[in-house]
Parts: sequence; structure tokens; C-alpha cells
Amino acid sequence: MEYRLDLEYSFNEFLKGFGLSSEIAHIIWLPLPMLLVLVAAVVGVLVTVWLERKISAAAQQRIGPEYAGALGVLQPIADGLKLLVKEDIIPAKADGILFTAGPILVLVPVILSWLIVPFGQNLLISNVGIGIFLWIALSSIQPIGLLMSGYASNNKYSLLGGLRAAAQSISYEIPLALSVLAIVLMTNSLSTIDIVNQQSGAGILSWNIWRQPVGFIVFWICALAECERLPFDLPEAEEELVAGYQTEYAGMKFALFYLGSYINLILSALLVSILYLGGWGFPIPVELIAKFLNLPINAPFIQVFTASIGIVMTVLKAYLLVFIAILLRWTTPRVRIDQLLDLGWKFLLPISLANLLITAGLKLAFPQFFGG
Amino acid sequence: MSIAITTQIICFTILSLVILIGALGVVLLESIVYSAFLLGGVFMSVAGLYLLLNASFVAAAQVLVYVGAVNVLIIFAIMLVNKKEDLKPINDIKSRRIISTTICLTLLSLLIRVDLTNVWSLSSPQNSIGEESTIRIGEHLFSDYLLPFEVASVLLLMAMIGAIVLARRDVMSKDISTGLPVDQELIEKSSEPLLTNKN
Repeated sequence: MEYRLDLEYSFNEFLKGFGLSSEIAHIIWLPLPMLLVLVAAVVGVLVTVWLERKISAAAQQRIGPEYAGALGVLQPIADGLKLLVKEDIIPAKADGILFTAGPILVLVPVILSWLIVPFGQNLLISNVGIGIFLWIALSSIQPIGLLMSGYASNNKYSLLGGLRAAAQSISYEIPLALSVLAIVLMTNSLSTIDIVNQQSGAGILSWNIWRQPVGFIVFWICALAECERLPFDLPEAEEELVAGYQTEYAGMKFALFYLGSYINLILSALLVSILYLGGWGFPIPVELIAKFLNLPINAPFIQVFTASIGIVMTVLKAYLLVFIAILLRWTTPRVRIDQLLDLGWKFLLPISLANLLITAGLKLAFPQFFGG
Repeated sequence: MSIAITTQIICFTILSLVILIGALGVVLLESIVYSAFLLGGVFMSVAGLYLLLNASFVAAAQVLVYVGAVNVLIIFAIMLVNKKEDLKPINDIKSRRIISTTICLTLLSLLIRVDLTNVWSLSSPQNSIGEESTIRIGEHLFSDYLLPFEVASVLLLMAMIGAIVLARRDVMSKDISTGLPVDQELIEKSSEPLLTNKN
């Protein structure tokens, strides 16, 4: 059997050494990757919040946070602690149950979607066969949470914000799904692992961004719209709607929205890097380097090295995209709601449909380049 | 009994309870908004049942279509027409309720009878196709189920065009079916600002 880095297998073997049955070992193993990914997501949010503060400061020629820790790195933690100990207010005329359930419904699908994000060949929680489709399905639950919190706040700004958020989210979901479909067509599989493996042939040259440039741009625009990032942050447009559906929220419930939007941003960046930028692949294939240096590819230390390069590459690509998203947020003006819906329905939808059609045609014409 | 089977039974019990209680809530609750949100919960639990049956693609499609599209549109419609309106009390509400309950119970007993008398050919868990189901569904949709699939798409397209024509009545001065001039008052009413009457 070929040796592969399989943490689950070695962990189970390790526990069996203590005389536990394999079932109990499996049960002890199950929560570990989930906890790890949850911690990774939260740390990712802290880093992103810090980056957002620092980059926005640089864009506006300010210094930004600098007293909490070196260069202000502890500022996001201070923010989080402040939100944690703030009073939890439910407005007197709000609907208590829906008001509480709203933020939870917004956050949970986003965190569940991390199930399919791979950081390496075996480094993901679960290689479900429906992979990327699971993410599309889960992200369609979010508008319900937004509508719920908008309605329950009993405030017209909240209601309008919730309606806008849901309208935006369902209109941009369609071009998003269509551009993912073009990738799936080239891969012959919905699994994120297969999608990355399909791009691993010739390093940077085989990344999907060269074969799907239109899909890449459509996907990135739609992902930004789904995250409600600035060119598209109409649901919380502060000049018109105070803060949209978040207006009445305070303390930890507000923090859930905040956390949800940043986790969603990182998730979208990770998915762009998986779908279009080769996922965990190094620009030059690691196998080629190993062959060049005459190293055995299956040796344990090479495996560990490859895995760590994979994690570093995935995170690096994702944060490059997060950086672009932050720059966009602090340099572009906001679109109007009619422009937003026009862009979604009249421009992105036809373009992504044409892209899908052309991809299917190219797949038939050049099966060796576009997946057989 | 192994841990996997115990977990399955626990999940099944919870999901069925959520479906039953949620469905009763959808029908019996006074507030239409609660009913709509509970409907979403029921759809989610049905997706959970599909997952228990190893049909992950069907489960995800259920979430995408029913929760993400149908239920969101229902909630949207409720929130856009959320005018406070004093409804007239219905005189014979009691007899109506009795009749509808009887009809529902009769249908339920019929279903239970079918369930008990029919011999179900259950395939063993080893025969389930699991992850391969996505490919099988695709094959069926483009071979023996092609006609129903296309007819359904044409139906949806017709519904969409119809909805657009109904919504944009202001572009036509004449009613399509009767040829009479369009009731302009109706258009005025529908284009009124949303939240003016809500205090």
C-alpha cells in the first residue's frame, strides 16, 4: 500500500494502543478536525479584522490600531472581548425568539460550509461526494436568517435591509452556481479534492484561472456580493439604512453577524483559490522538485513537507484574495440597488450562461485541455 | 447494537419529531410569519431524512430548492404584503374546522392503511449507491426522464413569463384576456410605498 499522510489512521492506531476499540477511537477522533477548523476559522477572522483595520488605515493615510500589542495585533481580540461582555439588548417590541434565531441561522451554514474546504490531499473534515454543491446549498439558507432578523427587529430599516440582503443573495447565487458548474463540467466531479487534483498537472500553468478567466471574474464578483462586501454592501448601507438588518443588534448577537460575514469572506476566498487557483498546489509541482532533487516522493518527511506547503499555499492564496477584497472595500463607491440587480440579472447571468455553453463546447472539441 | 445504528435511530427520531411538530405548527399557528419559518424547518428536516437514506445529492437539492428558493420566496411575499388588515370573522368557523379535520384524518388513515398492507421491497444497505447517485440521477434525467424534465422546464418558463406579465401590467394599456382598458387604480395601489400603513 502506498504510504500517505493520514492523520486519522495514525491517531486511531495510537488510541488502539491504549486498548480502546476502533469505534470509540473513531468517536474521539470525530470532533478533533471540526474543532481545529473552527479554531482556524476564528483565528482567520481575527487576522482579517486586523488586516482590514491596518489596510484601511494605510489607504486613508492613517496609522490604524497600534497600542494593543505590537502593530495593534491584539486589537481584534480586544474588540471581540468588548462585544462579549456588552449587554445583550432585545428591543421591547421585537420578536424575541426570531430575533435570537436570526444571527444563529446566518452563522451556522457558513461554518458548516468549512466541511468541504481542503488544505491538502487528506486535510479536510470530510470528502463528501457532493462537495461544492453542499456549499451552494448551505449558502442558500442564509437569506432566511437575514429576513428573520430583519423582520424580528420591528424596525423599518431592519426590514428593508433584510429584504435587500435576501434579494441580493438570491440574485447572485445563480451566476455563482453557473460558474461553479463550468468548473464541475471540466472536473467531472463535485468533490473539492478532485477539483484541485484536476489542476495539479503542470503547476501554475494548469490552474483553472487560465481556462476559466470569465468564470473566475464572475465568481469573484458574486462571492463579494454574497459576502456583502463594499461595492455591494447595500443591506447595511449606513447612509440609507443605518445598519440594515443589524440596526437593533448589540453585544454577542451583533458579534455573530460580524463573525459570520468575515468567516464568509475567508470561506469565499478559500473557495476561489480552490476552484481557480489550484488549491493547495505549489506553482511548480512538488513532485517535479522532488524528482529534480532525487528525493523519494513517498518518504515520510517529504509527505509532511508537502502537507505543510499545501496548507501554506492555500492560506496564502486565500489571504491574497482577502487583501484584494479589503482594498476594493476601501477604494470603490457603493452601487445603487437597481444597478446591483441590473448587474446580477442582465450582465452576470447571461455571461455565466454563455461561459457554461462555451466550456461545454470546448470540452467536446479539446478534451485533453478541458477535461475528458 | 453498534454506535452507528444508535446514532441513526436517534437522528431519525429527532428529525421525525421536528417534521411532525413543525408541520402541525405550520397549519395551526395564528401568525403567518411563524408558519413560514417553521415550513423552512420542516424542509430542512426532510433533507435530513434524505441524508439518513444516503441520498446526499437529493438532500442538498432539497435544501437548495425548497429552503433556499421556495421558502425564501414565501417569506418574501409575506413581508412585502404585510399590511395590517382587519379580517372579517367567519361565522361557521367551528363546523369548517371539524370538516377539514375529518378530511385530513381520513386521508391519514388511508395512507397508514397503504403503508401497512403494501409489501415494500426494501433493498439492503449494501445495495445503496450512495455517492454515485449524482451520476445516476444525471443519466436518468438525460435518458428515460428527458421528456418530463423538459416539460417541467417549459412549465417553469411559462410560469415565469406569466409572472412578469402580471407584475408589469403598466407596460400594457389593455387587458390581455378581455381587451378592456387596464384598471389604473389597481396599479396605483400596488405601487404605494410599503410601510406607510404600518404603525
